[in-house]
Amino acid sequence: MSFLEYRLKTAPTGARKILHLNWALVLLLAAIASVGFLMLYSVAGGRIEVWSEPQMKRFAAGLVVMFFIAFVPIWFWRNMAGLAYALSLLLLLGVEFFGTVGMGAQRWIEIGPLRLQPSELTKITLVMLLAAYYDWLDIKKTSRPLWVLIPVALILLPVALVMGQPDLGTALLLLGGGAVVMFCAGVHWLYFAVVAGLGGGGVAAVLTSRGTEWQLLKDYQYRRIDTFLDPSQDPLGAGYHISQAKIALGSGGWTGRGFMQGTQSRLNFLPEKHTDFIFTTLAEEFGFIGGISLLILYVLVLAFCIASAIQNKDRFASLVTLGIAATFFFYFAVNMLMVMGLAPVVGVPLPLVSYGGSSMLVLLAAFGIAQSAHVHRPR
Amino acid sequence: MRRSARDTDESARHITRRALFMGGSMAAVAAILGARMRHMQVDQADQFRLLAEDNRISIRLIPPARGLIQDRNGKLIAGNEQNFRVVISREDAGDVEDVLEKLTEFLPISAEDQDRALKEAQRRSPLPIIVADRLSWEDVSKVAINAPALPGVTPEFGLSRIYPRDADFAHVVGYVGPVSENDLAKLETPDPLLQTPKFQIGKIGVETWMESDLRGRAGNRRVEVNVLGRIMRELSRQEGDAGADIRLTIDADVQNYAQARLGDESAAGIVMDVQTGDLVAIASAPSFDPNLFVRGISHRDYNALMENDHRPLANKSVQGAYPPGSTFKMVTALAALEAGVITASTSVNCPGHYEVGGRRFHCWRRGGHGRVSLERSLAESCDVYYYDIALKVGIDKIAEMGRKLGLGMRHDIPMSAITEGLMPNHAWKQERYNEVWRIGDTVNASIGQGYVLTSPLQLAVMTARLATGREIVPRLIHAIDGQVQPIPEATDLGLTPSHLRAVQEGMFAVHNTQRGTAYSTRIEERTMRVAGKTGTSQVRNISAAERARGVISNDQLPWNRRDHALYVGYAPHDAPRYAVSVVVEHGGGGGTAAAPIGRDLLLRALHDGIPPASAYPASQRNRIDAMHRDLNLRDPDSGTPGTSRA
Repeated sequence: MSFLEYRLKTAPTGARKILHLNWALVLLLAAIASVGFLMLYSVAGGRIEVWSEPQMKRFAAGLVVMFFIAFVPIWFWRNMAGLAYALSLLLLLGVEFFGTVGMGAQRWIEIGPLRLQPSELTKITLVMLLAAYYDWLDIKKTSRPLWVLIPVALILLPVALVMGQPDLGTALLLLGGGAVVMFCAGVHWLYFAVVAGLGGGGVAAVLTSRGTEWQLLKDYQYRRIDTFLDPSQDPLGAGYHISQAKIALGSGGWTGRGFMQGTQSRLNFLPEKHTDFIFTTLAEEFGFIGGISLLILYVLVLAFCIASAIQNKDRFASLVTLGIAATFFFYFAVNMLMVMGLAPVVGVPLPLVSYGGSSMLVLLAAFGIAQSAHVHRPR
Repeated sequence: MRRSARDTDESARHITRRALFMGGSMAAVAAILGARMRHMQVDQADQFRLLAEDNRISIRLIPPARGLIQDRNGKLIAGNEQNFRVVISREDAGDVEDVLEKLTEFLPISAEDQDRALKEAQRRSPLPIIVADRLSWEDVSKVAINAPALPGVTPEFGLSRIYPRDADFAHVVGYVGPVSENDLAKLETPDPLLQTPKFQIGKIGVETWMESDLRGRAGNRRVEVNVLGRIMRELSRQEGDAGADIRLTIDADVQNYAQARLGDESAAGIVMDVQTGDLVAIASAPSFDPNLFVRGISHRDYNALMENDHRPLANKSVQGAYPPGSTFKMVTALAALEAGVITASTSVNCPGHYEVGGRRFHCWRRGGHGRVSLERSLAESCDVYYYDIALKVGIDKIAEMGRKLGLGMRHDIPMSAITEGLMPNHAWKQERYNEVWRIGDTVNASIGQGYVLTSPLQLAVMTARLATGREIVPRLIHAIDGQVQPIPEATDLGLTPSHLRAVQEGMFAVHNTQRGTAYSTRIEERTMRVAGKTGTSQVRNISAAERARGVISNDQLPWNRRDHALYVGYAPHDAPRYAVSVVVEHGGGGGTAAAPIGRDLLLRALHDGIPPASAYPASQRNRIDAMHRDLNLRDPDSGTPGTSRA
């Protein structure tokens, strides 16, 4: 308990809520975003107006949204969960029909001047709905098959829509976030063991079926797997990006080549250097020290969220906070695994650092809900 | 939903447990990430750093300036000129076709070149596309001024070969050209320089034979490139070494005179220093402008050269193999003298023909020469004398003497397609035709007909050796990079001095006795009197029927069936300095077509300038003066001597 909370034992009202915000978390988020501003300035070749400045404006807007959401009592958000989920599903369907194609996939929908990526929005609304579901459900029924199937269906619906775009990265994040909420709500671990077992078996089947008559994937899909496993096989084709990313990362050494001195990014060898692959620039210019520092900042965000969730006696508030933490975790973990060559390239940005509006806004909105849960926890 | 306090506690306990488990898992993944980061960035850092350097640093070659070729006095024969060209960089141009179209407003670019440039633009290569080459300074300036309207277009400078004395040295020095696939295939480990665009290498002549000296060593610069290969900045630069300058033994002015003197004839002429073997002039006419080949010759020009029946592309001076005709008679005479079958005073009766083996061989003079001595046989070129002595000495000894004097062998000078000629003997015919050598073959060979073939270069060497009695070897390279090349010590040929003198006196008589075949081309100056020998070699067989009708004079024959005219000579006869050989293809008589040229070349070399009229017999002076006035000679001071590379 912080000093401020010690002084204000009772549930805060009005402007006093500001004192009860999880300020440490806000500072952590601001620190991470600042790393982003710095790197965007660097990859733009020392120009602030290219990526860094718009990103700052978005962050400022995101903070306002976050504070606004934090001030609204958490029960309101719980009651809105169903509606929010339905709305995001509608938007996903809208993308299917009216969406703008970008980077080879349908991801955006344009409403007036706003360019929205509904798949990003779905990441929170799904977590909110699942938390609300388990808040409503009798605890004793949690592990009954029928009551397990309902949330599974709620997860798979948006996952299917996102896969169709196709956006494998977001689909994985939705699956992960949803599963974590179910896990934390107390669904029996055997269900997870079975799914994990089936998943592992499936992968094994896909890999062993190669070259046989019942081959499960197309040849080109296997070649992508090969490229992932050994990018040097195809250094100028699909493996090029990942090879160059690894070179940038590896060449950083302990302390890096210095701010704005990264040759890989400055000379355009790096792909997507301001979006998905921005971590490699950080690692190249600030080395292991820089990379590990950002990782520690991310882990601290997780720690603060988990601690806040454990302290919170409200079931919805705890679950939603954990779900948001998990989504955040999957963001940075998948991105880092990807740029380090440990996972295939699936197109997940580095949270709060990569250039991009939708994910920044959605993440800050999500942390707004976590803040609201923290401010309005039962005392 | 309202819950009991117990439910709420249980829920909280559950969540806490699961949340801690989840947090632990996430921490584990984060730990893996950290460990992987450490592994890549600390343990493998050196390896990745190397790869990054590899990515960013590219080594570009700086082509060296090609060595100059100069004449023996330093006058420029082959130099380098600044070559302005315009290139387009794909990356900056964007739409190459569009830029190219705009460029044609400022530069004359042929449709052919435009097509080639567009085709090149299709290829994914970091090298800029060369759109126009060999531009004038004005054109380049126009492009430079309009640069803002022409994205990606930059003027570039390079060096290109130029031959300021155009046709004079085409056959000696040859020319350079772009590296072809063929050139690369011939080399086992090609110099990486050869892959640089528009690099020029020697294609023929001295340019190709002295390539390793002329090329020089490439410098290099380490540059930082971006992902498209475009140069961002230069990191370091190491200049290469320019190619070595080469000085030829040739005197550019004598060469120019020789080339002009041969004129429109299909002919070759060589002037050689008899003491050192230095080749002072190697002329072959007609010639061509080697600059055409450097710039890329047009089909029309090339076809014109190919279709010309005087074969301008053939280097007749070293490639041409001609029956030497009577210029061979010194070989036969020396062979007989050395073999001891005749002496200097042996004489033979010439009735105008010679019967052997049931065949009748004719002397060129139908009525015969009567009793001829060795001296007269040379002076008046009696054939029967040689038929007679050749049968006494035999072909093998004649061939041996021919080789001793430099015939039938390849002289090693850095020029292309040097012929070996042919010095036949018994063994050769057996091997070549699987036939026995016949007496008639010896008779023909004795006067330089039949199988015997010689090049003008070989004839010049022969003459130099006859003049000195020493084994003079031709020499073309005077100095490489300022290092004067050693003149090999010429060993004595081991000929009996009295025999040699007898032959030399015969050659002197050719010019200096009233009945000598080259009396009209004598030199009047006492100190420079000339010794020589004319030759007229048949290029067709004269049938008995033709002979019965009377031999048709050359003037009545079509050009390509006329006799070759030959001449060899040296001067001054008592202290020899220069030897010449001249072949005029289908020129008719050696005394009228070749000997005058030979004398003029000798005088030009001896006087180091246009010979004075006093050198010529009084009756010829007006004619010679007129001829010299008409010769289209280069101003002797025009070739810039020394080091200018422009």
